[in-house]
Amino acid sequence: MKVNLSVKIGKLKLNNPVMVASGTFGYAEEFKDFINLKKLGAIVTKTITLSPRRGNPPARTCETPSGMLNSIGLENPGLEAFLKDKLPFLEKLGIPIIMSIASEEDPREFIELVKRLNRYKAVSGLELNISCPNVMGQESLISQDCQATYSIVKSIRRITAKTLITKLSPNVTRISDIAKAAQEAGSDCVALINTLSGMSINAEKQSPRLAAVVGGVSGPAIRPVALKMVWEAYNKINIPIIGMGGIIDTSSALEFFIAGASAISIGTANFINPRVSVEIISGLGGYLKRKKIKDIRSLTGSLIYES
Amino acid sequence: MLQIKVKIISNKRLKGNYWHCVLSAPSLARASRPGQFLNVRVSDGLKPFLRRPFSIHNVCGGRLEILYEVVGGGTRNFSCRKSGDHLDLIGPLGKGFDYRYAQNKRVILIGGGIGVAPLLFLSRAIKSMDKLILIGARTKGQILCEKEFKNFISDVKISTDDGSRGFSGRVTDLLKNLISIEPRSKKEIQLYACGPKPMLKEVCNIAKAHNLQAQVSLEEHMGCGIGACLGCVVKTKNGLRRVCKEGPVFDAQELIW
Ligand SMILES: Cc1cc2nc3c(=O)[nH]c(=O)nc-3n(C[C@H](O)[C@H](O)[C@H](O)COP(=O)(O)OP(=O)(O)OC[C@H]3O[C@@H](n4cnc5c(N)ncnc54)[C@H](O)[C@@H]3O)c2cc1C
Ligand SMILES: Cc1cc2nc3c(=O)[nH]c(=O)nc-3n(C[C@H](O)[C@H](O)[C@H](O)COP(=O)(O)O)c2cc1C
Ligand code: FES
Repeated sequence: MKVNLSVKIGKLKLNNPVMVASGTFGYAEEFKDFINLKKLGAIVTKTITLSPRRGNPPARTCETPSGMLNSIGLENPGLEAFLKDKLPFLEKLGIPIIMSIASEEDPREFIELVKRLNRYKAVSGLELNISCPNVMGQESLISQDCQATYSIVKSIRRITAKTLITKLSPNVTRISDIAKAAQEAGSDCVALINTLSGMSINAEKQSPRLAAVVGGVSGPAIRPVALKMVWEAYNKINIPIIGMGGIIDTSSALEFFIAGASAISIGTANFINPRVSVEIISGLGGYLKRKKIKDIRSLTGSLIYES
Repeated sequence: MLQIKVKIISNKRLKGNYWHCVLSAPSLARASRPGQFLNVRVSDGLKPFLRRPFSIHNVCGGRLEILYEVVGGGTRNFSCRKSGDHLDLIGPLGKGFDYRYAQNKRVILIGGGIGVAPLLFLSRAIKSMDKLILIGARTKGQILCEKEFKNFISDVKISTDDGSRGFSGRVTDLLKNLISIEPRSKKEIQLYACGPKPMLKEVCNIAKAHNLQAQVSLEEHMGCGIGACLGCVVKTKNGLRRVCKEGPVFDAQELIW
């Protein structure tokens, strides 16, 4: 039996629904020794800002139960260096390249970034990171407010025809409201979840394990939270959802499709097993065959339960 | 860089909390250089979740050796792995020691505690006849690899914090004493060090004060170990640098403490 794994996200056609999450895959070159990058459904780059960012002081990571905390602070080389040094490698892969972008102080930086990027065909889609918990001095996130989310997505939608993905934060009261705001503003898709904000303390030293004190939790520890948010959003919106948060193997990936995701992103698991994304691609194919499901798209939101 | 499963030939306690693991890994062994490290999945489950980095202690034929100290859950897990088990490794990682110009120099290696681990492989690779190693430990029961170093280095000096053997005091104080009576010109001396942070900082200070060439191997908490997460950065004169990629070995002059 032949099964279909390809999906559409906005204007993008993905050969399979497995992508890699922003910030966990560098600019892909770091993984070229481990997997055939062309097999991925899409690659999402580390978040890029208009100017280079130094990020937060070390220590920036620590292990937590079934996961990790990070406070990288969006360190990145800035737009110009990305276009010059990183994009040429990505372009050659021939698969959709989704560029994650963020503003620092002023949301208008998004407009500037998008205007510049409109000219680059190699950038297939844009992921708006309005949900990074690791920018110090920031009181709240754009994605914690429906109106702010709506207005930033709307103003970007006006100026670009590229596929727009809005990345949402789980640090909110009701994620479906924010997802809806993104949809109404013209986002082609929502990606969730970014990391959950958290902290860890070394009791002996009575000091935080991260220099920035707080950071974002990722990994299997956050999977139940992520899954529930995908399900909640799926019941409220019509645009596709990219699900992520703690996926480490085929069965955890399947949970996200069944909850309502059209595609998934692999994050922290890339650190433990750099081959995990391609293993999941073949695992999904195997599951569909075994279950005699012809098309991955019919798995999305296929949760069976009595209400 | 490879991700492979390799067979554990032996995994034994040396003394106290120090363990020695021998792996059968011909392809990795061939590719490895002194100062590089391996990122080891110490457990197949989620505890611990992340890999743990370990220096390549020695390469012998198709065998790789790791010398490690049990300090927490991950290393305790490592010590429970039995010979015959398979271990999932990524390596060789990072940029190792640069010893191209060391062959005609007076080479001084400084290892503090478990920091001696990468220095054995290095001491074998350096062909200079004029080598000295300073092994520092808290107490005489914790002196590591003295015999192994003697196979490659004629001059092995010991220091213990409690004075139970060798020089009494910190290994960096021993280094200071030796430098002050060193007859050779500064240009002819090359230092290599690995150990706890305060020790490495002091080695860098000594190198700066006497204008000596020095390379130190740093540790930082790692997310990925392959340069992707930017979790392991340290401050240098050229900006933040990744310990797993541009390091773990850095020039003393480059680092900002
Ligand atoms: C490049 C590199 C090479 C290393 N080589 C060796 C080696 O050859 N032999 C050896 O015994 N150890 C080595 N280490 C240190 C080793 O990785 C840590 O001791 C180990 O990860 C601790 O894991 P754990 O789960 O047992 O301890 P945890 O419970 O995670 O922590 C226990 C203690 O170890 C510290 N620690 C945890 N992770 C690291 C880390 N990545 N680097 C430094 N300290 C850490 C913690 O701060 C804590 O104080 C190396 C580290 C690096 C970065
Ligand atoms: C080290 C690290 C860096 C990250 N950097 C970014 C980033 O730059 N932009 C972003 O949108 N998300 C970033 N994330 C969040 C991930 O993309 C993902 O949303 C989150 O980790 C949950 O998925 P996971 O549990 O599979 O890792 C980062 C996560 C980690 C662990
Ligand atoms: S550990 Fe991820 S970049 Fe070094």
